[in-house]
Amino acid sequence: MFDKLLLGRYLQGNSIIHELDPRTKLLGSFFFIVIVFLANHWLAYLLLAAFVFFVIKLSNISISYFLRGIRPMLWIIMFTVIFQMLFTVGGTVYFQLGPVTITSLGVINAIYIFMRLVLIIMMSTILTLTTAPLELTDGIEHLLRPLTRLGFPSHEVALMLSIALRYVPTLMDEAQKIMNAQRARGVEFDEGSFIDRVKAMVPILIPLFVSAFNRADEMAIAMEARGYRGGEGRTKYRQLKYSKIDAYALLILLLVTAALIAIRIFIG
Amino acid sequence: MDNPIVFNNVDHIYNAGSPFAVSALKNVNLSIPKGKITAIIGHTGSGKSTLIQHLNVLLRPTHGTVKINDVEITADSKNKNLKALRKQVSVVFQFPESQLFEETVLKDVMFGPLNFGVSEEEAERIAREKLSLVGLPENLYDRSPFDLSGGQMRRVAIAGVLALEPSVLVLDEPTAGLDPAGQKYMLEMFVNLHRQQNLTLVLVTHQMEDVALYADNVIVMENGTVVKTGEPLEIFKDEDKLETLQLSLPHSLQFFKDIDTQLDTTYIKETQPITVDQLADEIVKIKQSRTLKSEVSQNV
Repeated sequence: MFDKLLLGRYLQGNSIIHELDPRTKLLGSFFFIVIVFLANHWLAYLLLAAFVFFVIKLSNISISYFLRGIRPMLWIIMFTVIFQMLFTVGGTVYFQLGPVTITSLGVINAIYIFMRLVLIIMMSTILTLTTAPLELTDGIEHLLRPLTRLGFPSHEVALMLSIALRYVPTLMDEAQKIMNAQRARGVEFDEGSFIDRVKAMVPILIPLFVSAFNRADEMAIAMEARGYRGGEGRTKYRQLKYSKIDAYALLILLLVTAALIAIRIFIG
Repeated sequence: MDNPIVFNNVDHIYNAGSPFAVSALKNVNLSIPKGKITAIIGHTGSGKSTLIQHLNVLLRPTHGTVKINDVEITADSKNKNLKALRKQVSVVFQFPESQLFEETVLKDVMFGPLNFGVSEEEAERIAREKLSLVGLPENLYDRSPFDLSGGQMRRVAIAGVLALEPSVLVLDEPTAGLDPAGQKYMLEMFVNLHRQQNLTLVLVTHQMEDVALYADNVIVMENGTVVKTGEPLEIFKDEDKLETLQLSLPHSLQFFKDIDTQLDTTYIKETQPITVDQLADEIVKIKQSRTLKSEVSQNV
């Protein structure tokens, strides 16, 4: 059931992108999402697409993977695109039928929205495919650390995040196991009306919650028994370190941004 | 229908066609004889659990066919027609207590029969019968299953599967994590059901003693293939093979083997006591033949 879900999966590898510091990747992806909204000219989108393609090539992961990752999102993307097309008015009118008008501006806007969504999804897929979950939480903890001064519990958030990430596959296995056991007792999950299907979820959700509570209990006890007393005064086993490639990555991102701004000012 | 379940060149590949593809079963051919106890052994990761999920169509083969009570299942079989098969072949999964969810013990056991269209009164009758069969005291029937102890929860879960009244019952390490008395009680109960109702049992286990004691037929798995099938005695004879498969001999046979090496005798070549009872018989026999010999020598 969960086989098709690509979002948030990690693929081991040893490409340049895999070796980047997780903080660089996190900030880079975030930054990329921001600069995608700077683009308002086809040249700019071409540049961004080329950049994403370049990063995918560097990551040594086949591009069919990313296309498959987009597939579950396709409905949301198409929905947004079609609404953009129908409700943006301006420019030359191509087609008109009652209240529905398709104009040149609408089509352009729809294409832009499509490009933005696809580029953003691709970039975040690169982030999750090339960064191990634990690296990711380490990166997030580091980046959130300045907020500790404002009273933000960055250690606790990072801990919760890493525990949550660690237990995603375990809980998925567990859900699959419970599902099988209930199917063996005659529950059908892909049959009947919508209400039947929702009802069929009850025999999965209750055991899943119960086991999650038990697991949390046991985990808390095991952590205390090993001397966990909260975040203060802890040392770290995994140390994050910036290297030369992080600087290059930053440089390339800045160049892309500069080019985007140039396109916006001089052409767009 | 001598063999309710027959596998024909069955392959199973998880996540077929993706980079995460894992081949779990390779060219499996086997049949489960009707009314017998079949044990499936093999070390962790040898494909036992994947195999079990084919027995009641939770998984379909990627290649090949599985025949269950003369219904053929291939990769293209539609889900719709398979539900009835799950009543005929039921599975007790590892740690089945994780499947409990209803408000009361009784309701949870009734859940299975109700799913297969049994009337409410009939389901309750079946549930009460199965709960007494697994040895759960009657005053617990109206309690929440989550208030029970681990062993009691296991019993309720097993009763819930027995309530489907299958003709083939598959048990995936049903006694793992139970205390010795509970283990014995549960296994004896399954074997009694098998004797009384001619129930076909499939038992997945790591306990070679249980295999020796109960099984009529053993299937040995390794790396997703069936490497050997036969009677327990046959399987345990080939000790070197067992060792390469990281499986062990039953204790009684191991005991006899140790005597052989220490006293430089060859008992193990002559006899194969795979259960404790047979071992006791052998020892008595040896003792008698010795006293007989010494009497003879005294008389001479």
